Amino acid sequence: MLKFVVRRLTLESIPTLLFVATLTFFLIRLAPGGPFSAEKNVPPDVLKRLEAHYGLDKPLLVQYRDYLLNALRGDLGPSFKYPNRTVNELIAVSFPVSLELGIYALAMALAVGIAIGLLASARKNSAADYLSMSAAMMGICVPSFVLGPLLVLVFGIWLGWVGVSGWATPSDRILPAITLSAMYVAYIARLTRGGMLEILSQDFIRTARAKGAGGMRVVFVHALRGGLAPVVSFAGPAMAGVITGSFVVETIFQIPGLGRFFVTAAFNRDYTMIMGTVLFYATLIILFNTAVDILHVWLDPRLRN
Amino acid sequence: MPDTYLDKGTSLWQDAMRRFVRNRLAIFSCAFLAALVVLAVLAPLFAPYSYAEQDLALGAAGPSVRHWLGTDILGRDLFTRILYGGRVSLMVGLCATAVALLIGVTYGAVSGYAGGRLDTVMMRFVDGMFAFPFTIFVIILMVFFERSLLLLFTAIGCVEWLTLARIVRGQVRSLRRQEFIEAAICLGLPRRRIIFRHVIPNVLGPVIVYATLTIPAVMLLEAFLSFLGLGVQPPMSSWGLLIKEGAEAMEAYPWLLIFPGMALSATLFCLNFVGDGLRDALDPKAAKD
Amino acid sequence: MPILSAVNLRTHFHTRHGVVRAVDGVSLSVEQNEIVGIVGESGCGKTVLCQSIMGLIPVPPAHVSYDKMSLDGEPLHTADERAMRAIRGNHMTMIFQDPMTALNPYMRISDQIAEPLRIHRGTRRADALPKALDALKAVGIPQPESRIRQYPHEFSGGMRQRVCIAMALITEPKLLFADEPTTALDVTVQAQILALLKELQARYGVAIVFVTHDFGVVAGLCDRVMVMYAGKVVESAPTAALFARPEHPYTEALLRALPARAARGQGLRTIAGQPPDLARQIDGCAFAPRCEYATPECTSVEMKLSACGSGHTTACLRMQKGEIGELGNRGAE
Repeated sequence: MLKFVVRRLTLESIPTLLFVATLTFFLIRLAPGGPFSAEKNVPPDVLKRLEAHYGLDKPLLVQYRDYLLNALRGDLGPSFKYPNRTVNELIAVSFPVSLELGIYALAMALAVGIAIGLLASARKNSAADYLSMSAAMMGICVPSFVLGPLLVLVFGIWLGWVGVSGWATPSDRILPAITLSAMYVAYIARLTRGGMLEILSQDFIRTARAKGAGGMRVVFVHALRGGLAPVVSFAGPAMAGVITGSFVVETIFQIPGLGRFFVTAAFNRDYTMIMGTVLFYATLIILFNTAVDILHVWLDPRLRN
Repeated sequence: MPDTYLDKGTSLWQDAMRRFVRNRLAIFSCAFLAALVVLAVLAPLFAPYSYAEQDLALGAAGPSVRHWLGTDILGRDLFTRILYGGRVSLMVGLCATAVALLIGVTYGAVSGYAGGRLDTVMMRFVDGMFAFPFTIFVIILMVFFERSLLLLFTAIGCVEWLTLARIVRGQVRSLRRQEFIEAAICLGLPRRRIIFRHVIPNVLGPVIVYATLTIPAVMLLEAFLSFLGLGVQPPMSSWGLLIKEGAEAMEAYPWLLIFPGMALSATLFCLNFVGDGLRDALDPKAAKD
Repeated sequence: MPILSAVNLRTHFHTRHGVVRAVDGVSLSVEQNEIVGIVGESGCGKTVLCQSIMGLIPVPPAHVSYDKMSLDGEPLHTADERAMRAIRGNHMTMIFQDPMTALNPYMRISDQIAEPLRIHRGTRRADALPKALDALKAVGIPQPESRIRQYPHEFSGGMRQRVCIAMALITEPKLLFADEPTTALDVTVQAQILALLKELQARYGVAIVFVTHDFGVVAGLCDRVMVMYAGKVVESAPTAALFARPEHPYTEALLRALPARAARGQGLRTIAGQPPDLARQIDGCAFAPRCEYATPECTSVEMKLSACGSGHTTACLRMQKGEIGELGNRGAE
């Protein structure tokens, strides 16, 4: 098991990370304009000095090599946009916020999604099934940038129950978490339903019933472990997605998270910040996927050695 | 002496069609989508006002007899803007899906048919790409390169082809090993006949399903990009842009957000239901009777 | 008093194509300690019969009805799910055809064998596990102490079937349904399982209903045999009598089709035609279209079982009337 994890994290992840870093690096640098092209009225000699300061006058491949070497040491460079702060700092400040938001959203999505999925699979093809699945579908079909503002409108402005933006008070977390979780509730509900139905049609469920097991026992003791396998598979990308895809939610609710920093960095052509965020996210995704694989092996005895 | 009491068989497609037709939700969704496409394509015929027509004196007003869905700040009729916006959104949806289909199906078919090392390498690439934070990639693309519709299609298509490639490859791979293909080869059927009469019909099913499910994903991505200002650019409009404008003005003029939002959501809803209906219909294991 | 008595059981499935009469008026009676075999082609209704009595058929698409049903004298109500759940796995158990998929891959063998005790006797887990170990020993699994904590995928097909038998007998039921338990196994393993069943049956005194399409198994194991066709019973007799002197053309044809009975240099004798579509209305004898002795009357008069010897019944109209002579010993023709 340990060997598997180590091999996963080193042998297979490093090429991926390298690929991601390279692709991003050259993509940004090859694009027209430089990081300072957005700033008008910069006198040419100041521009030259800025470029020298950031090493942008060196050949592209040299910059690439330098960046990689630094990154390996954990130094992601200074931010182009905020001259006094490094990328590491900025990530360290904003990531915990995104993480917190992500955890709430995913926890909610799992709780609600699995519940809906279980209900629907227990009452297949009934009204409860269609209604709950349609309601869940809403999560996929009403985008976060529609749902978010609507929630703000109704609960923040009209009813005044919660604050509409910022991350200061505990109640500020509610609307963003709900908005972010909506799409995942839908996917998790569908996956749960599908997984459970698949398991419930298998022979060993019939054996369990022949032994006299009742509904609850069949679902929770026999079916659940296998039925949730698709949800577990999804949990990895979901966690990653929840964290990396929160830009919209963070923008709408003015939350100082990494997503928002990234979007701003993209618009500001803050090269180092973009690179740093991309690498950071890619690493996260790899970590989550590995964790999910481990979880899978633990859940299904047939996958062990 | 009566004949043996035998049952007539039905082909897989006939079966699938029958199952699909019985799914009322899917049929209703189809009807809705058909109506939508007609409205969008023939927008100039249906729109009560011209696209850019402003009524500054009126400004933003709620739904009324003259303006069914209200107007925006510049007095432009919202219903008209939604019609035209729908045109763009649908077009992006279809074109980007076509791009994804082209890349994905080709890639998957080659990989699945080739097998061996080439297949492994190609699939490793796909697996690696799955780890890539794609939304980020698209954002970078749109920020750094000139924003054109073509780039938009390409960028979105590049994101969505992965799933299709995986599915096609899986199907092709399992088909190649199927005994009926080996039987066909043994019987001396020409390669081309095997591919067209046996391989393609079997691959077609899942491809249709996932292509149908890719369209709403693409439309969502476009709306998301437009919301961030990276997608369709003014003066063109799409539902994403309309929603963005609506969100900005929502406190005072909520209908500007609600109606475009509903239009997008309803369309995505129907597309997903049709896709689901197709998947249930084409799945041979799903025989409910 | 019979352990199981089911009178005129009918299981009909209401589908879009019509009503499928999977079991159409079958009466089954099993005495204590008896092993009754049920034979027939695939689709004749033998599995549905057993599952109907166990109450495992989902009832909205299906309709299960009967004139009378009782287990050891107590009436059985298959529609009462709560009552059935107390009996299933407890007094009446079942083992299935494919041992590879019959066990829960996510649960340890110990828990699976112990489960009936925990459900029906309320035994605590700590107390149930030693009993599970005993059961495992009783079915002849080697090194039971180390194997009990393993998972199903670590067992072979034959061993998994033994585990299923252990699960089915741990509550010492009155009746066991065995639905083709050896069909999916190698011949040698098959022989072992059958021997095991015989031994356990003698030890625990459980009555067995053994469903199979293999006459060899029937000959070796069963006291009595019932032959089914298209949802109905066509013949029922003590095993020896059935083999020596079948009283129904279908039984004769089945016996004649056995490869062992084919004379050297001769082709195998098959039964021409196909079993009927059970969704269509069948007039008279369902086997008539494929029967070499059939007459027009066979398809107009309703099939009914009647006695033709001691403990021997047949549904063949012409046999009942004595119009056909002796069956079964025709040999090469």
